[in-house]
Amino acid sequence: MVEILANAPAEPAGAVTYAAADGLLGSVWLLVAIPLVSAAVLLLLGRRADRWGHWLGVAAIGAAFVLGLTYFFQLRGLENKSVELSLWDFITVGDLRVDFGLLFDPLAAVFVLLITGVGFLIHLYAVEYMAHDAGRRRFFGYFNLFVAAMLLLVLGNNYVMLYFGWEGVGLASYLLISFWYERPSAATAGKKAFLMNRVGDAGLAIGIFIMFATLGTTQYDEVFTGVGSLTATTVLVLGLLLLLGATGKSGQFPLQAWLPDAMEGPTPVSALIHAATMVTAGVYLIARSNPIFSANSTLQLVVVSVGALTLLIGCVIGAAKDDIKRVLAWSTVSQIGYMFLGVGLGGAAYALAIVHLLAHGFFKANMFLGAGSVMHGMNDQVDIRRFGGLSRYMKITWLTFMMGWLAIIGMFPFSGFFSKEPIIVAAFEREDWTAWLFGMAALLGAGLTAFYMTRLFVLTFHGPKRWTEDIEHPHESPKLMTIPLILLAAGSVGAGFLLATSVPDWLEATAGLGGQEEGHHAVLSHTVITVLSLLVTVLGAGLAWFLFRAGTATEPQPAGVLVTAARRNLYTDAFNEAVFEKPGIFLTRALVYLDNRGVDGLVNGLAAAVGGGSGRLRRLQTGFVRSYATSILTGALLVLAAFLAVEAGWLA
Amino acid sequence: MNELKLPSIDYAALAPSLIMLGAALLGVLVEAFVPRRLRHLVQLSLALLAVLGALTMVVLNADDRLITIGGAIAVDGPTLFLQGAILVLAAMALLLIGERSVERGGAFVAQAAFPAESADDRRQAEGVNGATEVYPLTTFAIGGMLIFVAANDLLTMFIALEVFSLPLYLLCALARRRRLLSQEAALKYFMLGAYASAFFLFGVALVYGFTAGIPNGSAGVDFATVNAAVAESTASPLLLFAGMALLSIGLLFKAAAAPFHVWTPDVYQGAPTPITGFMAACTKVAAFGALLRVFHVAFDGARWDFTPVLGAVAVLTMLVGAVLAVTQTDIKRLLAYSSIANAGYLLVGVLAPSRDGLSGTMFYLVAYGFSVLAAFAVVTLVRDADGEATHLSRWAGLGKRSPFYAGVFTFILLAFAGIPLTSGFTSKFAVFGPALDGGQAWLVIAGVLTSMVLAFPYLRVVVMMWLSEPGESTPTVTVPGGLTSAALMIGVIATLVLGVAPAPLLDLATGAAEFVR
Repeated sequence: MVEILANAPAEPAGAVTYAAADGLLGSVWLLVAIPLVSAAVLLLLGRRADRWGHWLGVAAIGAAFVLGLTYFFQLRGLENKSVELSLWDFITVGDLRVDFGLLFDPLAAVFVLLITGVGFLIHLYAVEYMAHDAGRRRFFGYFNLFVAAMLLLVLGNNYVMLYFGWEGVGLASYLLISFWYERPSAATAGKKAFLMNRVGDAGLAIGIFIMFATLGTTQYDEVFTGVGSLTATTVLVLGLLLLLGATGKSGQFPLQAWLPDAMEGPTPVSALIHAATMVTAGVYLIARSNPIFSANSTLQLVVVSVGALTLLIGCVIGAAKDDIKRVLAWSTVSQIGYMFLGVGLGGAAYALAIVHLLAHGFFKANMFLGAGSVMHGMNDQVDIRRFGGLSRYMKITWLTFMMGWLAIIGMFPFSGFFSKEPIIVAAFEREDWTAWLFGMAALLGAGLTAFYMTRLFVLTFHGPKRWTEDIEHPHESPKLMTIPLILLAAGSVGAGFLLATSVPDWLEATAGLGGQEEGHHAVLSHTVITVLSLLVTVLGAGLAWFLFRAGTATEPQPAGVLVTAARRNLYTDAFNEAVFEKPGIFLTRALVYLDNRGVDGLVNGLAAAVGGGSGRLRRLQTGFVRSYATSILTGALLVLAAFLAVEAGWLA
Repeated sequence: MNELKLPSIDYAALAPSLIMLGAALLGVLVEAFVPRRLRHLVQLSLALLAVLGALTMVVLNADDRLITIGGAIAVDGPTLFLQGAILVLAAMALLLIGERSVERGGAFVAQAAFPAESADDRRQAEGVNGATEVYPLTTFAIGGMLIFVAANDLLTMFIALEVFSLPLYLLCALARRRRLLSQEAALKYFMLGAYASAFFLFGVALVYGFTAGIPNGSAGVDFATVNAAVAESTASPLLLFAGMALLSIGLLFKAAAAPFHVWTPDVYQGAPTPITGFMAACTKVAAFGALLRVFHVAFDGARWDFTPVLGAVAVLTMLVGAVLAVTQTDIKRLLAYSSIANAGYLLVGVLAPSRDGLSGTMFYLVAYGFSVLAAFAVVTLVRDADGEATHLSRWAGLGKRSPFYAGVFTFILLAFAGIPLTSGFTSKFAVFGPALDGGQAWLVIAGVLTSMVLAFPYLRVVVMMWLSEPGESTPTVTVPGGLTSAALMIGVIATLVLGVAPAPLLDLATGAAEFVR
């Protein structure tokens, strides 16, 4: 790589170049190796590691975080902030050459810090949360595997490495969602997540094939440099396939249905999936592939549309759910929609989306762990209609959850305000009438978010008690759970401002990211949008407060068309069932029938013929020498006859 | 009066066979003069040392490319490679033959002359030490095989054939248990072997007659003369083709190709298992070595005439071996049919008209020899009070009783089935590849299809071992002594190594794949 770069005569315009990693950064592979080794130890040692295994898991992520931080500061001092490290040839078949290489650049660096930082706090929390579970060691093994796969995903220097991590994340999520595999619902949820992810994965895989077919490479730098030479159609198809992959991992429309079901896993898993790993992978993919997406405006429009549509779907459904984790899950769907909106807008908005992703990582982890803390104290109750008045019993959980709540609804001066509001502004900055469309969608989403999150917060912590009979005194969670909550709450408060002021500049060094083009003038002035967004937020929150301060019914109430639809996930599940599942089952049945009757019939017939022939031929083996001699004589005569026939030219 | 001109003899080049034959004679003397209790040790050491010495000479002669002793013996690449192969495999077989801790007294009968099932016979089955005559017999057989693959004229070849066949007939009769079966096997082998030898000899006569037609030349049965005769003899080609047919029958009999395979299952089943392994590995190498030389050197010019006939024999052999293996219920008979099918695959290699075909066939012989010896080594271990439990139903659930040996046997069966990462895959590849390049696609198609059929009986054994519950009658696996363990481990490791890194041996075979003429 270094040689190629050194000998390159002149770089074409828009070329992407990476420097070789040396010095301390030469050991960047440790980031992936440490959690991976820890996972292997935990899973291979079996029960022998039961007593100390969880601490090894926590320590591995902690070490990765410290290392990540060191590399981060190392990177700051460099001229070319994109360093890559080629470890070995991963695949070399014909023209296909895939490098087992890592790329550490500003984008990867912030993801590493998010994954290991927030991941560490979630690990710490899980030590206590899973304390009474017999499978805690196995859980931490999978957890470390999850983090290792996610780190590989963001650190790879080509699409195949990304895909490698991508599949690892899929595997780990499957294992963790169905961690309590003896529960049918958890097992089904794991399968659902895995299957829906496969759809996206197939898209990503075909996208990578197209890259290889058209560009002959899957290395980031070569792909990004070469993307200009592709036709618009190729770029569109390629981008759409990558987008399909991204929607699968990130739970975006049309592949969003698995994400809420993934709540069947233990709560720390939800936190890890929603805040630090997995769902951010799709955003990462699009941000990483920004030279591809920026090369085609239709593609960007599709991404923006997916983002806007998903953010509204998430809000609407989230407002109708009663399960605390599912509301949070749909809020993730909706927030990732904001990020897709941001990356789809292109230009400077890429950085805004990443800022929102990081901020979201803090407050969503905060709220998920808060929800876990509530469940911990309430006998694993998840129905918010059965909470109420918990602020008095769980002071720390209440206060930290409040920080997360204020952050996600975008209240000034919490982090959501600094990360979400710029995306809304950016949506209004599009050129034509779509500025109004996407701007208003983003604004409406902000209002809805405020409504349903306030509903969640009020119903859980305030208003009258609506507990089930078996609960006397809800208790606050132990220190090991509350300390991560406090740290994450601090992040929810302060991170937004810090990130919004520093990350965009930092990301500018990443290929294609950051303000390489001036934004258009917004159709509304910045101040107006800010005021408007704060206004809808206050309105939404106020409405929810007004409606739910006195609690709510503990049973489902008859509702209008929209609420019923929202309760049923806007019929997206029904749609999937009717359009994919039913024909799929029919096709399977048809194929099984064909297999049983046609293929098996043929195979079994052949087998019967061979077996029968064998049985008959066996009788020739009589055991009598005379019959053997006869058979040899017959054979001899036949061979002789054949040779003579050849000689006579009959067989020529 | 003409002065008698003696041919020059290169003793160094002949050393491997001379060492073996000398050791065999020495073995006869040992039988006569060494006290009974020492004989086993002395004989086994003598045989192994002789094999080692012969192998050393083969290695030292590695660069020889010559014809000596008046044109009777050719020492060239294939000779040396195949002699080396025979010696290495024979050493493994000797380890199995020498084992005495698996069964008290060893696998061989003490007094073959006692009538079967008599009281004397039952008494000696209980643990009287086996006859040590097996060592000189085996050594003679090895010596004969070494000459057989080096023979450069048809008469030398015939004599070598008899030298290695006669001891084998005897050895087959020496099983400690199931004496009747063993004697029957030996008698069948002997009678049919003699029958096949007659065909061979008649073929030699016809070919000799054909060579008499060379203008201005003298008749003879050395391969150079035959080769010349094929090109320019004026005699009736009827003689050539009839001679070629009868010669090939004699050789195909030893190679166990259909329809001359009929003796194989009975003999493999009746013979003492170490001898079965010895025959399956070494006799196969010797027979194919001779086939390669006869058809690549002597009858090279008639390639387009013999290829379709031998091709048909190959297809028939593969079919018979594979199809009949499906319904076998005895592990030794199953392995016998598998060995028949493998003879078919080897014929494909013989018929591939290229250097790669030759080297592929030689590679196949070595790889198969290691695997089959390891397989028979496992067969000697699965036993109950009445000796080896060879009926397949007795192997059910073996995986639960002794997972290690069941695992080893599974690995060998997978190798026979040609699963990648085993030598079975690389060796099939080594013969099918050149055949395909040589335009013999029909043989390759037949080979692949029958391999699929053949996978069934192998996998059936695997399924029985692992997926059935052990029953009352499931025997335990005896812990093997050092000799059997060594042979088994050599076989398994070779099967694995030749599957993972076949290049060194393939290179060696390719380097050796050229006959002197």
